Amino acid sequence: MRVVLAEDLCLLRDGLTRTLQDHGFDVIAAVDNGPALLRTLIEEEPDVAVVDIRLPPTFTDEGLQAALAARRSRPALPVLVLSQYVDQLYAHELLAGGQGAIGYLLKDRITHTIQFVDAVRTVAAGGTVMDPQVIARLLARSDARGTTAELTPRELDVLRLMAEGRSNAAVAQTLFISESAVAKHTAAIFTKLRIEPSADDNRRVLAVLAYLKR
Amino acid sequence: MTGRRVGMAAQGSTRPGNRGTWARIRSAAVDLGRCQLLSLAAFAVTGAGGLVIGALLLLPVGVGFLLLPPAATALRNMSDRYRRWAAAWTETGAGTGPRAGAGERAVISPPQPLPPRHTGRGGLRRRTLAILGDAGFWHDLRWAWAEPWTGALLAAVPLALVEYGLFGAVVQPFVWRLLGDGNWYAFVLVDSTPSMLAALLLGLAFTAAGLRLAPVVLRLHARWSGRLLAAPYTTELVRRIEHLAGSRADVLDVQAAELRRIERDLHDGAQARLVSLGMTLDEATRLLDHDPQAARALLQEVRATSQRALQDLRELVHGVLPPVLADRGLGDAVRSLALDSHLDVHVEAALPGRLPAPVESAGYFAVAELLANAAKHSGAPEVRIHLSHTGGALRVTVADDGRGGADPGGSGLRGLRRRLEPFDGTLVLHSPRGGPTTATLEIPCASSLPKTSASSGTG
Repeated sequence: MRVVLAEDLCLLRDGLTRTLQDHGFDVIAAVDNGPALLRTLIEEEPDVAVVDIRLPPTFTDEGLQAALAARRSRPALPVLVLSQYVDQLYAHELLAGGQGAIGYLLKDRITHTIQFVDAVRTVAAGGTVMDPQVIARLLARSDARGTTAELTPRELDVLRLMAEGRSNAAVAQTLFISESAVAKHTAAIFTKLRIEPSADDNRRVLAVLAYLKR
Repeated sequence: MTGRRVGMAAQGSTRPGNRGTWARIRSAAVDLGRCQLLSLAAFAVTGAGGLVIGALLLLPVGVGFLLLPPAATALRNMSDRYRRWAAAWTETGAGTGPRAGAGERAVISPPQPLPPRHTGRGGLRRRTLAILGDAGFWHDLRWAWAEPWTGALLAAVPLALVEYGLFGAVVQPFVWRLLGDGNWYAFVLVDSTPSMLAALLLGLAFTAAGLRLAPVVLRLHARWSGRLLAAPYTTELVRRIEHLAGSRADVLDVQAAELRRIERDLHDGAQARLVSLGMTLDEATRLLDHDPQAARALLQEVRATSQRALQDLRELVHGVLPPVLADRGLGDAVRSLALDSHLDVHVEAALPGRLPAPVESAGYFAVAELLANAAKHSGAPEVRIHLSHTGGALRVTVADDGRGGADPGGSGLRGLRRRLEPFDGTLVLHSPRGGPTTATLEIPCASSLPKTSASSGTG
């Protein structure tokens, strides 16, 4: 799988490159600034890009801007954005296209190699991965507004993990329940929240996120 | 705002834009009454001025020392009354000034109070001398001399128009036959029914013109009074310096407190976690050989601790300068706040590029505070935030249709005002019981892009 990496800190760039190579990814380019990233994304059309949000020359949200620009000309180009902090506004902007193939994670998550590599694979496969912090804040908001009041605590757990972009199997593993139990909870959630159920994992995540963003 | 001019303070009230004709006539009549009051009050001003002049003339024979303090006090009472009138009467008037918009008020900065009464021997003498050395006193006297033949005369214009108009329209139709030959009304010789009717129409026109003129004259009068009655330039400067010294001390206090908070947060948070991390790693290293199972558990603890340390640092950075504010500026930072709020927040931002960083920061934390207040107290499901940069100032309104009754003296709002002070920023809260609540804050500042409009915006 061909990966483009954008990270300006040399140590992290090398570390990420090694991690990805160890897990069988082919890192075709590792760039350290916004303009180079945009050029590479357009020219190389990688299977997935792992992008640090803060890049030279402006050291602001250069990486995010480049990713969004690239996705405007190559829709659904898979991009996983990493950042030292997560902001709801940026999450909204990344999800705005509604096409999936997008990820937004705190940089800390790369220390959990297995989960990080899973996330890269999910995004490459057209899925959506959102940081638990983004989801936690969305859920806190829904809770305060009472839009998820009908759900049981267990269903809320399932909803949270589903919104993060986990598959049924991953949800079952995390909560120590069977996959069929997850499927039952999921069906209940969709009925209670009146969301159109969907067999497609990615469409399901996007529907849940759209519901929470309201 | 230096200079001795009339400061125009924007008020939260809405401008009565499309009132009924009746209400407009009534308000014009009220203004006319005020013109009448002004022209009559001129006699009192002359009287008070005369008293002072008399006291001054009697100074060489000693009696003046006795008379001057009460005379000066009477004059100051008079001038204070004019200052209050100027502010009160222009409160909701239709704006004609350069910053005409929502109701404006001509606020005249008062001079320093007259020197206080001295006790003990020679107290009266000393007080009189102090009054003679007071710039505000001489300002008052100058005004007392000028007001009767400038301001009062100006105020008499709409009065004369209305009175003469009423004579032509209401009285003359009944009496013109009795007035005999050479009965001119303005430029109409009234000697027949048609010419009487023409005079009647002319009279109505005069009345209408007088009524229309009354509010304009009142504003002009307030402006003119502001010119004469504002505190002397040096007093303004002294006040300004006192204000700056006060707000600078506040800034330093706030800054020191902020540094202390950062130091404490680092010490108790990330720093402590890193120390414990080192200790746990050390322990894990020791256990590695004979109890790898326990070492593994410790290493997992290390991972969790390092993540909490990162989280601490993130929160600290966010409290100092929210990254989205640094990246994108005030508009998007407020949008981010809106997305995080439990309320439905609609943000409308019309900002031309970036603003100076301190202004963006102050604006951001102010909106955060107001939004938190709305979420906590208003009970409203919806909040509207509007950001604009007009007339050389950032203007932010946060409005909700909740239950109102917000306490402007609450600690949050007081702190907010204090933080706006170094910028000469203002916060106007309009929150009647039962709602809605509108908070408007203004921070004078330049925008980083060249301005397209050339309005100077001085009041």
